[in-house]
Amino acid sequence: MKHLLSTTDLSRGDAILILDTAEEMAAVGEREVKKLPALRGRTVVNLFFEDSTRTRISFEAAAKRLSADVINFAAKGSSVSKGESLKDTAQTLEAMSADAVVIRHWASGAPARLASSDWIDAAVINAGDGTHEHPTQALLDAFTLRRHWAALAGTSPGGSDLRGMSVAIVGDVLHSRVARSNLWLLKTLGADVTLVAPPTLLPVGVDSWPCRVNYNLDEVLQSGPDAVMMLRLQGERMNAAFFPSTREYSRRWGFDDARLATLDAAGGRSTVIMHPGPMNRGLEISSAAADSPRSTILAQVRNGVSVRMAVLYLLLSGDSSGEPGRIPTPILQENPA
Amino acid sequence: MSVKYIIKDAAMADGSHADLLVADGRIMETGASLSAAGATILDADGLLALPGMVDLHTHLREPGREDAETVETGTRAAALGGFTAVHAMANSMPVADTAGVVEQVFSLGRRAGWVEVRPVGAVTVGLAGERLAELGAMADSRAQVRVFSDDGLCVHDPVLMRRALEYVKAFDGVVAQHAQEPRLTAGAQMNEGAVSAVLGLTGWPAVAEESIIARDVLLAQHVGSRLHVCHVSTAGSVEIIRWAKGRGINVTAEVTPHHLLLTDDLVHSWNPVYKVNPPLRTAEDVTALREALADGTIDIVGTDHAPHPSEHKECEWAQAAMGMTGLETALSVVQHSMIETGLMNWADFARVTSSRAAEIGRVGGQGRPLAAGEPANITLVDPAARWTVAPDKMATKGRNSPFAGLELPGAVQATFFRGHPTVLDGMLNTPHPSAVEDSAWM
Repeated sequence: MKHLLSTTDLSRGDAILILDTAEEMAAVGEREVKKLPALRGRTVVNLFFEDSTRTRISFEAAAKRLSADVINFAAKGSSVSKGESLKDTAQTLEAMSADAVVIRHWASGAPARLASSDWIDAAVINAGDGTHEHPTQALLDAFTLRRHWAALAGTSPGGSDLRGMSVAIVGDVLHSRVARSNLWLLKTLGADVTLVAPPTLLPVGVDSWPCRVNYNLDEVLQSGPDAVMMLRLQGERMNAAFFPSTREYSRRWGFDDARLATLDAAGGRSTVIMHPGPMNRGLEISSAAADSPRSTILAQVRNGVSVRMAVLYLLLSGDSSGEPGRIPTPILQENPA
Repeated sequence: MSVKYIIKDAAMADGSHADLLVADGRIMETGASLSAAGATILDADGLLALPGMVDLHTHLREPGREDAETVETGTRAAALGGFTAVHAMANSMPVADTAGVVEQVFSLGRRAGWVEVRPVGAVTVGLAGERLAELGAMADSRAQVRVFSDDGLCVHDPVLMRRALEYVKAFDGVVAQHAQEPRLTAGAQMNEGAVSAVLGLTGWPAVAEESIIARDVLLAQHVGSRLHVCHVSTAGSVEIIRWAKGRGINVTAEVTPHHLLLTDDLVHSWNPVYKVNPPLRTAEDVTALREALADGTIDIVGTDHAPHPSEHKECEWAQAAMGMTGLETALSVVQHSMIETGLMNWADFARVTSSRAAEIGRVGGQGRPLAAGEPANITLVDPAARWTVAPDKMATKGRNSPFAGLELPGAVQATFFRGHPTVLDGMLNTPHPSAVEDSAWM
């Protein structure tokens, strides 16, 4: 694996290797000195054509914990906003010997385009492209779910997958790269997925996806899912006739206090509530739900750094044949400096 | 002094063999073992003689986007592709919405001399869809426009479309509709279906084409006018056109070579060379389009040749221009998808690429049978040839061929345009000699 563009490219073995590596990285994050020398001398460029402080700082923290040099390239205010093409930007980064490009782009497929072109030789990591995919988000969600699933089973997460787990993904699936990446990865890891959304916010063609579709959130919650993943409702959708009003959306598809209470009363003991952030509190998720013990929202953020460390590490420390590098234990020593 | 050619022993579309004596722009004689003093002999053994191909749908880009194509380069490509006439679409800059612009394009075509260039006139001023362009002035101009189209954009206002259909009856014109409901396709990037769902690209639903075609055939029926539907791309559109023809509505339809061969699965590559409008559809649509072309529901092949400079394709999918080149691959793609599949024979090929297209465009002297007394517009094809598509070797300026690297059957060996070989031995020869005379009055 040279790039990480989509979770459809990941085999079960690839995915588990990344998650297991992320567990090791997480252990580093609990040390006093949270830094490894693994990528010393390597350059990671965060190329962001779309604002995303959360994802950018997560990748930046991950690269820095691995001792890589990090360059942040935000398209706003740069030559890109003066009409420079993706090709020229890529060739500029190539000339500066970037080893990895973490790209966030408003256009679906831009990372894949970069990876398949001869414009640049660096490893390309998709940090969210249009309404296509956001693979590291899906990996950190899977990491979070796997820890939860293993804890319930009383085992260690290492080497395991999500077989037997049922996950509901709720909200604007049509425009969600998070939903797509999660669906493919959750299926690869053996989980059972139900999408819950207004019919207007599901893509034509969803019937060929490996999941169930339900328009009724209450019905899905009744069935006792192991995890409920709420998707962010983008502001620009709110006035585009996808639904009559935000209040109606919230009543039918929001995780509100009443639904939280119903879940608690029904004894959905272990169901976790997830959200990729940033949240619209009171719209797709209520404050009580977001702040409840069921919420994994902060754990997701924390796990994001570990997962991104694992991805950077596996892509950049692999040998020249493109095989992902195994983690030799000695590398996980603390940085002596 | 007239130059004479004898095309020896060519196979005709009906399977017979004959010699053709060409002189003074005409086929003087057909038969066995012809001879004429001073004639140049072309050995056509193994070659197929077809009426020169007529394209109802070409973007020559001039005036305005000479970086993408010029009348000169586009008509060279046309001649190499076996064409003797092309219709230049109106979406140039300025738009071909006045007699002045269509006469300019017409004259550029005459001066180039590679094929007959028939300008298409815009239906509405500036393609803006708000008021009718001076259709009559374009019809009466030296360009004698008969085909009117806002191609690239749909004449979506039903009243304006009705008026256009009615008005062109005054000079036997036809409105060629780019069927695309604009509200249903805002921001559309590819066919809406299983592939767009996975890729997260905004969908271009089949219903956006079909709803306009349904409306337009009913309008054409209501006002008794002639309608042509550009680049039909869906199985549902085929059904509507079949229904309309069954009711006697005066509608004709066209399909592009790329819609006869390629599907939206190719978008998985994210390579914008596959970005086109209307978009590539599904395998079921391709099957329906092939059957419709074979049974006559779809009348003709139109290339929708749409060259773009490379920077308009070397970018993100969403940023890329829509369109594909097609003039130099049309014959091979149609042979591959229609003849080698057994759906059509070469007589059908001559109908869908030449005679029917000339009828729809009211192009006299084109699409005629290869018979004594007829204008000598002839394409000689080696149907047994195999070649690999290499866009950088093409005469068009556009490098955006979706067939790059494909091995295809059939090669144009020679093209005769009004008696003159514009292509010989598969290579450009010289433009028609009258091109030089024409430049005198420009």
